[in-house]
Amino acid sequence: MIELQGVHKAFGPKRVLNGIDLTVPTGESMVIIGGSGTGKSVLIKCILGLIRHDAGQILLDGEDVTKAERDAFLARFGMLFQGGALFDSLTVWQNVAFRLLRGSLKRPKDEAREIAIEKLRRVGLKPDVADLFPAELSGGMQKRVGLARAIAAEPEIIFFDEPTTGLDPIMSGVINDLIREIVVEMGATAMTITHDMTSVRAIADKVAMLHDGVIQWTGPVSQLDESGDPYLDQFIHGRAEGPIEAVR
Amino acid sequence: MSVLAPIAGIGRSTMAILAAIGRVAIYAASAVSHIFRPPFYIREFGQALLYIGYFSLPVVGMTALFTGGALALQIYAGGARFNAESVVPSIVAIGMVRELGPVLGGLMVAGRVAASIAAEIGTMKVTEQIDALVTLSTHPMKYLTVPRVLAATLAMPVLAAVGDVIGIMGGFLVGVTRLDFNSYAYLKNTVDFLESWDVVSGLIKASVFGFIVATMGCYHGMNSGRGAQGVGRATTNAVVSASVLILAANFLLTEMFFAQ
Repeated sequence: MIELQGVHKAFGPKRVLNGIDLTVPTGESMVIIGGSGTGKSVLIKCILGLIRHDAGQILLDGEDVTKAERDAFLARFGMLFQGGALFDSLTVWQNVAFRLLRGSLKRPKDEAREIAIEKLRRVGLKPDVADLFPAELSGGMQKRVGLARAIAAEPEIIFFDEPTTGLDPIMSGVINDLIREIVVEMGATAMTITHDMTSVRAIADKVAMLHDGVIQWTGPVSQLDESGDPYLDQFIHGRAEGPIEAVR
Repeated sequence: MSVLAPIAGIGRSTMAILAAIGRVAIYAASAVSHIFRPPFYIREFGQALLYIGYFSLPVVGMTALFTGGALALQIYAGGARFNAESVVPSIVAIGMVRELGPVLGGLMVAGRVAASIAAEIGTMKVTEQIDALVTLSTHPMKYLTVPRVLAATLAMPVLAAVGDVIGIMGGFLVGVTRLDFNSYAYLKNTVDFLESWDVVSGLIKASVFGFIVATMGCYHGMNSGRGAQGVGRATTNAVVSASVLILAANFLLTEMFFAQ
């Protein structure tokens, strides 16, 4: 279980997270929505320790993440980055098996390659993609490779940062379905940040809306349309008028 | 505007420069400390060695060849003013191995390697590949910086040694074909007047320059700003800072090695 208690983060005078309280139970798929620049990515990076939060506590199964043993802590996570963040200098299979080729999870090269190809197959890519370089792949294929890399070491918790950004609606649907299937199949805890409402409805068990540095609303995805929260309503219906100020 | 405003401005600039020096020093010290602690990324080290060492050979070799030749012409012309043309072989040799081989080689490698390292790591930063490394339990300092810094520190003396030989050959070719030196006498003069410390001091300098080049490339790449402009600025800063530091370090090392 991931718990955030009064998490604050500011960059200079700009306060991005202003007391975040959020709980993500084990095995649940939580989607965080919110406008651009509201700190969704910062939130995920704070949990992973990529950015150090200024105040508050982030607990993973009751343990403060800042005090956890770093390697063991990170070994529990997988992450799909917005742009894929694949390593240009490595082939697709080496990207997928990155964690399996070094560190505490190191396996023999042949076994790591086999696992990588199996994970590529799981995300709908053929084995002949394995020896290509990321630059030779389309955006959708890069996302799939990123997804395969995120699940390669079978993590307990998977983060998805804008998984469908830049993809056409059909490919977005494919990625959404894949994420949902994989999360259910692995029994993993998932945390996704997105502003794609189709993704929200396809992936989420629960939804949290981040606005003005705090969680404005949280609840099951089934209650999304009947929340009565004016901020959430404006966001999910994409209205320019409402409590959220739209910069024109 | 207060009359103290210019002084405050100078103070702010001084503080900013000192802070930058401090950040670079801490980064360099951290890189050195990581060299001796596992895990070691042998494959990345090998690739860096190949790229920084082997693929820099043509540019260092060409630089040394033309510099050696030009040096021979200059010393001959200058020496002719007081009937000292015969010193050409020894001055070319000493000039190449002590100064021009390591310094010009270092500057050429700075242009080629520091720029490329900064651009590569800067792009990795803006495309979140560095964050991805961390989430995959891999320390960016160990995976990206240490192999490059170690490879450059070890490869530069070899490059400088090759550059020294080619530079002396450049002087030899000019001396024999243009300045009517006897080839045997030229080589004998070169060998007789060259001391082992001349060569060793140049190689030590080259090693320091290699460390500077890779450290500046990695540092500016890791601290690259966002977007293409940020990466471009990081690349420029890497080359400029590496070049200036090479020249400054050269002065300090020369002072240390040869001051009477």
